[in-house]
Amino acid sequence: MQKPDLVIVGAGPAGMAAANQAAELGLKVCILDEQSNPGGQIYRDVDRVAPIRGDALGADYTYGTRLTDKLHHANIVHMSGATVWAIEKGFCVSYTQNGRGAQIIADHILLATGALERPMPIPGWTLPGVMTAGAGQILLKQSGVVAQNAVLVGSGPLLYLIACQMLRAGSAPKALIETQTGADTRAALRHLPRALQGWPYLVKGLKMLAAIRRAGVPRYQGTASVSITGTDHVEAVHFMHKGRTKSISCDTVFMHHGVVPNTQAARSLGIAHHWHNAQQAFVPKLDEWGHSDFAGVFIAGDSAGIGGAKTAEAYGKLTALKIAEMTGRLTVGERDRKASPIQRSLSHELAARPFLDTAYPPFNAALTPSDNTLICRCEEVTAGDIRRYTKLGCTGPNQAKAFGRAGMGPCQGRYCGLTVTTLIAKETGQSPDTTGYYRIRPPLKPVTLGEIAAMDITTDESPQ
Amino acid sequence: MKTASTFRELTREPRVEVTLDGEKLCLPDGANLAAALLVAGVTTFRKTPVSDTPRGPFCMMGTCFDCLVEIDGVARQACMLNVRAGLAIIRLPDAQVPNAET
Repeated sequence: MQKPDLVIVGAGPAGMAAANQAAELGLKVCILDEQSNPGGQIYRDVDRVAPIRGDALGADYTYGTRLTDKLHHANIVHMSGATVWAIEKGFCVSYTQNGRGAQIIADHILLATGALERPMPIPGWTLPGVMTAGAGQILLKQSGVVAQNAVLVGSGPLLYLIACQMLRAGSAPKALIETQTGADTRAALRHLPRALQGWPYLVKGLKMLAAIRRAGVPRYQGTASVSITGTDHVEAVHFMHKGRTKSISCDTVFMHHGVVPNTQAARSLGIAHHWHNAQQAFVPKLDEWGHSDFAGVFIAGDSAGIGGAKTAEAYGKLTALKIAEMTGRLTVGERDRKASPIQRSLSHELAARPFLDTAYPPFNAALTPSDNTLICRCEEVTAGDIRRYTKLGCTGPNQAKAFGRAGMGPCQGRYCGLTVTTLIAKETGQSPDTTGYYRIRPPLKPVTLGEIAAMDITTDESPQ
Repeated sequence: MKTASTFRELTREPRVEVTLDGEKLCLPDGANLAAALLVAGVTTFRKTPVSDTPRGPFCMMGTCFDCLVEIDGVARQACMLNVRAGLAIIRLPDAQVPNAET
């Protein structure tokens, strides 16, 4: 294909909105996305699914077709089922599609790689049948598969959303075991005046809570000491509630206590990140247009910092405007004129966030788990192991690899990295920024020698 | 094979035959493989190389690698594959799971 002006990694709201905005301004855009259909996780498979399950999933999901529709633009090439495994200077993006490796060259890169569920290491979280709430939603969205006899554990509006979607799909969850406390709710009240500017989100939340109450699904709030047990599969969730120990038997647990930026691709390029205290996660350092400290590399959407789907869409468009200006398609004045209504919409979109972040903080016991809790799922390293390494002199996550392989399994630290940083920082008394994070190197996803051997290298630099 | 599942399909899709560890299994054609195996009552997708304990799908979006199964000699994420007739799925018993040395 012709060399594009912009390669976008990820076809979620940020990637799709950026592609559309850039294409309308005359840029040639290529989107690489590892799913077989566009939408990202929030609008997963929406083109196919909206007509058949749109009612159960709700209008906020079917809205995604407005973005997928706009991918049919002459200036956009959407490569689906394309897994990016390396991004190198130049920029040369290596990916696998249909069992063959391939490379594409572009001057500008937009990483729109979205979010991951915040790791929630509690005892028993590796048992089959324990999944993320996001996984529960994906099952419902893409596959029309609903869990029966399921319990939802953690904190955050996503738990209410999946509960409501399960209700509409005819399988009410057995209970919500919520970790936020009354003190969290009271602390959030000071953010309520600003949150009222984002009142549609609050109304949606109240409606969801009303639906859960009407359905008679019990909610246990302010729970502590949450653990999951089972032999080869989840059998029960145990927790403390109002000073008493409770157990609920179940076949599936969907857990959630927020989402965090997926920074793997950005980190592989050495882009600077900093610790975001309110989000309890690392976010990349970016300017107002999403430009990173690596010239030519932009980041938008949840991979730039958690803001949700509409915020991702807005930042995707802003990034595209900046790249259009940098490539001479827009003057600075034209860029700013197009940007200002988008920037205004952002303040409304973000208004409710401080309230929600404070009312639904991460579950503290899962940020600094008990010693015998597994924190690295792949290499089966416990929180106690990390604390022990620290006492032996381990000062950061990269050293922790040498001490005991944490972060060296197939997930490449995606589900233990933040926990390892937090644990080491707590033990040493250093900040998460000083403690740092795993160095991420390509391949970002597994690639076989066969896929590399099948690579068709047709870059300008290749010998004729 | 065992078909009791704690997961329910909202609409039943046409089935095709695949094998899991050599045993015949009927799964919805074109469906997400991890979702299809869960509906078929499969809970353990692999055992871990470190402690030989069972794992099943966790993230359903290609990031956790707990749903790795072997297809044509290669460890693949079941949640990133689609069901097709004749698929031969092998559950990984040991240390064949790829490790990313970083």
